[in-house]
Order: sequence, then C-alpha cells, then structure tokens
Amino acid sequence: MSTALLTDLTIFILALLVGIEVIGKVPATLHTPLMSATNAIHGIVLVGALLIGVTAHTVVGYILAFVAAVFASANVVGGYVVTGRMLKMFRRKAPEPQPELESANGHKGLRGILTKAGKTQ
Amino acid sequence: MSGFEGYIQLVYVLTAALFVVGLHLMNSPATARRGNQVALTGMVIALIATLVLMIHEGTVTATGWAVLIAGSLIGSAIGLYTARTVQMTAMPQLVSAFNSVGGGAAALVAIYGYYDAESRVGGVLGTTTVFTVLDVLIGSVTFSGSIIAAGKLQGFIPGQPLLFKGGRLLNMALAVVAVGAAAFLFSTASLPGLLVLVLAALAFGVMMVLPIGGADMPVVISLLNAFTGTAVAMAGFVIGNWALIVAGALVGASGSILTKLMADAMNRSLANIIVGGFGTGDSTAAIGGPVDAHVRSIAADDAAIQLAYASKVIIVPGYGLAAAQAQHGVAELAKLLEDRGIEVSYAIHPVAGRMPGHMNVLLAEANVPYPLLKEMDEINPEFARADVALVIGANDVTNPAARRPGNEISGMPILDVDQAKSVIVVKRSMGHGYAGLDNELYYNPKTSMYFADAKKAMAELTAAVKTLVA
Repeated sequence: MSTALLTDLTIFILALLVGIEVIGKVPATLHTPLMSATNAIHGIVLVGALLIGVTAHTVVGYILAFVAAVFASANVVGGYVVTGRMLKMFRRKAPEPQPELESANGHKGLRGILTKAGKTQ
Repeated sequence: MSGFEGYIQLVYVLTAALFVVGLHLMNSPATARRGNQVALTGMVIALIATLVLMIHEGTVTATGWAVLIAGSLIGSAIGLYTARTVQMTAMPQLVSAFNSVGGGAAALVAIYGYYDAESRVGGVLGTTTVFTVLDVLIGSVTFSGSIIAAGKLQGFIPGQPLLFKGGRLLNMALAVVAVGAAAFLFSTASLPGLLVLVLAALAFGVMMVLPIGGADMPVVISLLNAFTGTAVAMAGFVIGNWALIVAGALVGASGSILTKLMADAMNRSLANIIVGGFGTGDSTAAIGGPVDAHVRSIAADDAAIQLAYASKVIIVPGYGLAAAQAQHGVAELAKLLEDRGIEVSYAIHPVAGRMPGHMNVLLAEANVPYPLLKEMDEINPEFARADVALVIGANDVTNPAARRPGNEISGMPILDVDQAKSVIVVKRSMGHGYAGLDNELYYNPKTSMYFADAKKAMAELTAAVKTLVA
C-alpha cells in the first residue's frame, strides 16, 4: 500500500469521525438546511470536474468535462443559494409588519436615502 | 508532489477546515447563516486554487477552457434559477436533484479517469483501483435513484410503492452484473466493461427507489445524500484530492446520521424500507366512507371556543398541512391566540414532511419563530399541561396504537397527543394514514373531529376566534 493511499485513507476516516461528531449536534429544526448545506458542500466535486480539463483533448473527454461541469456547478450554486434562502427564514421573533412608507420617511437604509435624494431634486 | 502542487493541496486543507467549521456553526439557528457563508468561503478558495493550478499546468486546451466555462455557466444559471424560485414545499425534490447531479458528476470524474488512463501507453490496469469502481458504482446508483426519488416527490412518478413481478429478481440480477463488471475491470482493461458497469448501476438505482412509498422518502433522501457524499469521497481518492475526500466524508456522515434518525423515527429498519412495498403512498385524495358513530364531529365555532379560552395550545402539524398549503393559515391562527396571551407551541415529529426537518422550514417560512418549534422529546411531557392539542394533517404519528405491540406501527415513537385535556383533529375525512391503520385517537372521548380541508379550516377557525373575542 502506497504512502499516498495511506494518507488519503487516514484523512477519510478522520473526516468521517469529525463529521459524525459535528453533525450529531445539529438540532432537528435545522435538518433540512443541514442537508441542503451538505448538498452544496459535495458540490466540491466541481474541482474534480474542472481538473478533467487538464488532460482532456478528445471529443469524449470534452463531453465528459462539459457534463460534469454543468452537474457540479448547478450543485454548488443551487445548494448555497437555497440554503441561504432557507436560513434567512429562521427568526427568533416573528417579524413586525413593516410598511413600505417607513423606509422612505425614516432616514435609515439605502432605500430611504435614495428616496429622500429623489424627492429633494 | 512538486512544491507548487503542495501549496495548492494546502489550500484544499484550509477548505476542508472551513467546511467543518461551517457545519459546526449549523448547530444553532442563530449561527447557521454564518456557517453557510463560512462553507461557501471554503468552496470559493478551493475553486480559485484549482483555476490557478490549471493555469500553472498550462495543458488545458482552448476547447477545454471553452467547454468548462460554458458548462459551469450553464450549470450555475440552472442552479441559481431553481434555488431562487423553488417553493419550500418542493425542497425535498430539489435536494434530491442536487444529490443526483452531485453523484453524477462524481461518477463522471472516475469515468473520465478510466477513459484517459486507458488511452495512454501504460494502460489502465495498474491504476484501476477499488475507488474508481466504487465511485462509478455509487455515483451512478445515486444519479438515477435520486431522479426517481425527485420524480416521486414531484408527482411525475406515482408516490405509492411500484412493485411488479420479478422486480426483486431483476434487482438481484442487476447487482450481480454490476459487481461482475466491476471485478472484470480489475483483470482486463475494457471500456465496454465500464459501460456495462455504468448501465447496470443506473438501472439498479431506478429499481431500488421505485418500490419505496412516498412517506418513506425522508429515509430515501437521507440515504441518497450519504451515497452522494461517499461517491464524492471516492472521486477524491481517484484524483488524490483531500478537499473532495474530506467534503465527501462529511456529507457521508451527515447523510448516514439522518438516515438512522429517520428510520428510528418510523421504527423501521433500513432493510425493511429499501425492500419497499410499505404503505399507501402519499395520495391525499379523500377516502370516502361514513363517519363512524363513535366519532364526535365539531364545527368551527365550537373549536374556536375551545381554542380561545385555553391557556396552552399545542399545534401538531403533519404532511397534510403542507399538502393543503395551510402553513400560513396556521401561523395566523397561532398569532391571534398568542395575542390573547395563550401559550402556543408546535410539536414537530421527526418525520413530519417529506425530508428531515421539512416541517420546520415550512413553518419558518410562515414566520413562526423557531423557539416555538419543539422536537418530539421536548414537547411530549408538555401535552399533559395543554388544554387543547390541535392536530392538522398528521395521522400515524399521533396514533396511540403504536404503544401496543402487534400492529403496523407498533413501537414507532409518537407524539403524546392523547395526554392533552382535549384534542381537535382537522382532517378531510376518516381516511387512513400512510400505514393504512385506523387512528384510535379519533375514537377517544376527548377528541373532536373537524372535517375540512386544512387551509379552509384555518381560515374559518381564525374568523371564528376573531368574532368570538371581538
């Protein structure tokens, strides 16, 4: 067994144990975002897809590289965006309804400033 | 390993560390968003390092760059569009789809590795490892299996278990062909052999998921998630990349933990679920039939009185709530009760919804604050103090029959709804749940049945409570 393989195996086993330890602590409330976050993380396979390009020089190679790149990049981008979208919904307190008017009159926020600037012109 | 490649590998180690830290931050809703951003940072630096490496190598052809850039842009656009537009009720399908493409990409990495080595002078024999074969096998099974799972969840493919004569025999045959082809590849360099392996694995993935019923999907998705992680880790072995190995192992661990949690919550073994054929699917069609004489039916006004004069209400949401798109209506009713000073909380069974934690996301979307979402072990002791348990679209997970041996759901952990002082069940009809069992809760003298569609019921109840307290 080569040293490289041994190193790889060691890393794999340790990462597995770390994963079990870290993920065991995630509360059930967050299991869906967790799964979608790990979804995004396995999108790291995009690195593998890109590296196909280093040696690809035939039609078959290019096709495989293309399909792998489409799959993996959809996985990465989609995974992170949807996880972010979900996590944004988890709030400690119910949000107070905020009428649009408030941001225009209150001087806070870019939109308020812009609206004000527009009015003074 | 040259010095330069060593530095790149170091960046991958940093990426792996950021993934771990990111997942660690997911242990609380307050820090979870930061966790996602930390993991994203890890991903971005890994991709930058990879691009630097590719430029440094200088062997990527112009066509190669064009193909990769076009592929990445198209993939990113698809990912971005679906992630932005997907309904929260459709999250399980989306996660399944991402499992599918992740597994597919991992398989392609190994397939290309094999193809490339085969065309070289030294041949492929010395370099074909157990990892190449496992990557192709697991990746392909995940790819096709997840497509079927997503199809079932989306409704393209019927949700009920699809069994046909000889199905299990065919499965066995496919497994034998796949393993046989894999073994053959170790002794003979053969692209057709690889193709046979891929096709058998793809067919096996389809055949594996078809017989599994709709409500077992939380387990299936978790399992396929674990498969994808494993496939990506195997791809890491194939190309000697630590970031892939660590990321794959993390996802594999996560998927396995969730698979076990889900199977435990249904009190069924993984083998039993995979063999399939259980349950009635997730048909939400009302099953007719006369209302039993022992069942007490109730109107909106009476239910509203019970709710409005309670001091503690526990809401028990199930898949029926999501199917009727009633989560916003529930949240509105709960807000109204809270404004009256009534203590409201939500009892979430681990398998409520179609994937782990699904119900929490649906309620969070309806602006329910997460401290009100209680896990089963946390909420069960509280039912005895509750004046009203309001069950909406949940069935089997409230059935006291689970406490007795000798039936379909014996031993399944349930929500102790029958401990509450009174129970209101919102349901369209007396139809059975997934397990096809009568729910004994409905015949309990404390229970009143409110027969209506969940969404309509919530609107009526809210209106009735408003009239009552006005």
